[in-house]
Amino acid sequence: MKKIEELLREHPFVQNLEEEIVAIISGCAKNVVYQSDGYVFREGDPADRFFLIRHGTVALEMTAPGREPLTFLTVKGGEILGASSLAPPYRCSFDARAVELTRTFAFDARCFREKCEADHSVGYAMLKRFMPPLIERLQTARFQCADLYGGGNR
Amino acid sequence: MLADSPTPRFVPVARRIQETGDVVTLEFLFESAGDSSPQFRPGQFNMLYAFGVGEIPISVSGGSVDTKRVLHTIRAVGAVSTALAKLKRHDLVGIRGPFGKSWPLLDAGGFDVVVIAGGIGLAPLRPVIHHLPGHRKCYGRIALLYGARAPEELLYRRELDQWRCTPDFQVRVTVDRAGKDWLGDVGIVTKMLSKIRVDPADTLVMMCGPEPMMRLTAQTLEDFGVDSTRTFVSMERNMKCATGTCGHCQFGPHFVCKDGPVFAYHEIADILKQREI
Repeated sequence: MKKIEELLREHPFVQNLEEEIVAIISGCAKNVVYQSDGYVFREGDPADRFFLIRHGTVALEMTAPGREPLTFLTVKGGEILGASSLAPPYRCSFDARAVELTRTFAFDARCFREKCEADHSVGYAMLKRFMPPLIERLQTARFQCADLYGGGNR
Repeated sequence: MLADSPTPRFVPVARRIQETGDVVTLEFLFESAGDSSPQFRPGQFNMLYAFGVGEIPISVSGGSVDTKRVLHTIRAVGAVSTALAKLKRHDLVGIRGPFGKSWPLLDAGGFDVVVIAGGIGLAPLRPVIHHLPGHRKCYGRIALLYGARAPEELLYRRELDQWRCTPDFQVRVTVDRAGKDWLGDVGIVTKMLSKIRVDPADTLVMMCGPEPMMRLTAQTLEDFGVDSTRTFVSMERNMKCATGTCGHCQFGPHFVCKDGPVFAYHEIADILKQREI
């Protein structure tokens, strides 16, 4: 059976990352599997973990009374989930539901943050990897907010 | 020959298909109007006249060059499009066209072809999608990326399922928001680019959708290594005469009705960024 560090090296998030840093952060990770329709976390939960999705799909949902849950983003294998665990107040701001069997690396966020704090080269390497998907999600949110598909005829 | 015709032909609606809440597809049979075949090429548009209301450009969304059948998919957003969308079978419509430049299907020969559509932008690309599987040997890998507002607003749902089942045709659909019963992707269409198998260095892209979506996607395609001279977009502007005479659809040095609506992205990239145009 492969060690978690070996498995982690196969994930796109750590591609071209120094081996030493992979070894450091893998100490905070463990394998966690979610069955279809299982919740990874719920809105308001303490954000004490972040996830690298290995396989599967997670729907990020918002809920409102009297309405069906609204999925505003799906994240899949190779992507990150749970960035709220990296910045105060460390609280989940939406529901995350596995749409199908989903395998993840779940990182203990406190352990991870401490390692980033202890060695800023680790922290900076992680910052550079977290920023692109977060910027992409911000862009997605802007486009959704603009409701671009709402008008026009050609 | 219908092209450049200044006067409309009066053609009855042969069939009306309600695609979504505010989108209909109207089928016209020219032979019932005693007319010659429209001979449209994928990407071209007709001017559709709703009697007593007005005339607007609508892309040809289907039909066949060797029959007299033409389809137009219309979203009810303004006075004319709303009037057209309310038409029933046998109602008459004034049709001029087809007009404009078509998608570069010949130039795409030998390349991987990616079709990218956003919202109603799937309509002008549908004839391309109909063409590609039937001429499979002419192209490399083929893919469709389609983004819509919500699952219930996806166009041509039955065909979409057929396209998904077409061998060797990669189809990725994403929506902006969805309910729990949607098992597909939710998110921006550019995110789908990394999910398809094509060789960016040998890829030709045909794209139609809202301009901000096309700008972002064109930039992302360049980041992926797709040459901007091989990205083609269909533009929407205020076309009136459709013959490059009235100037309503002027877009920098171009007239969209005559020089477009299909442009190579590099031809218009700079002016597309200018909000005053």
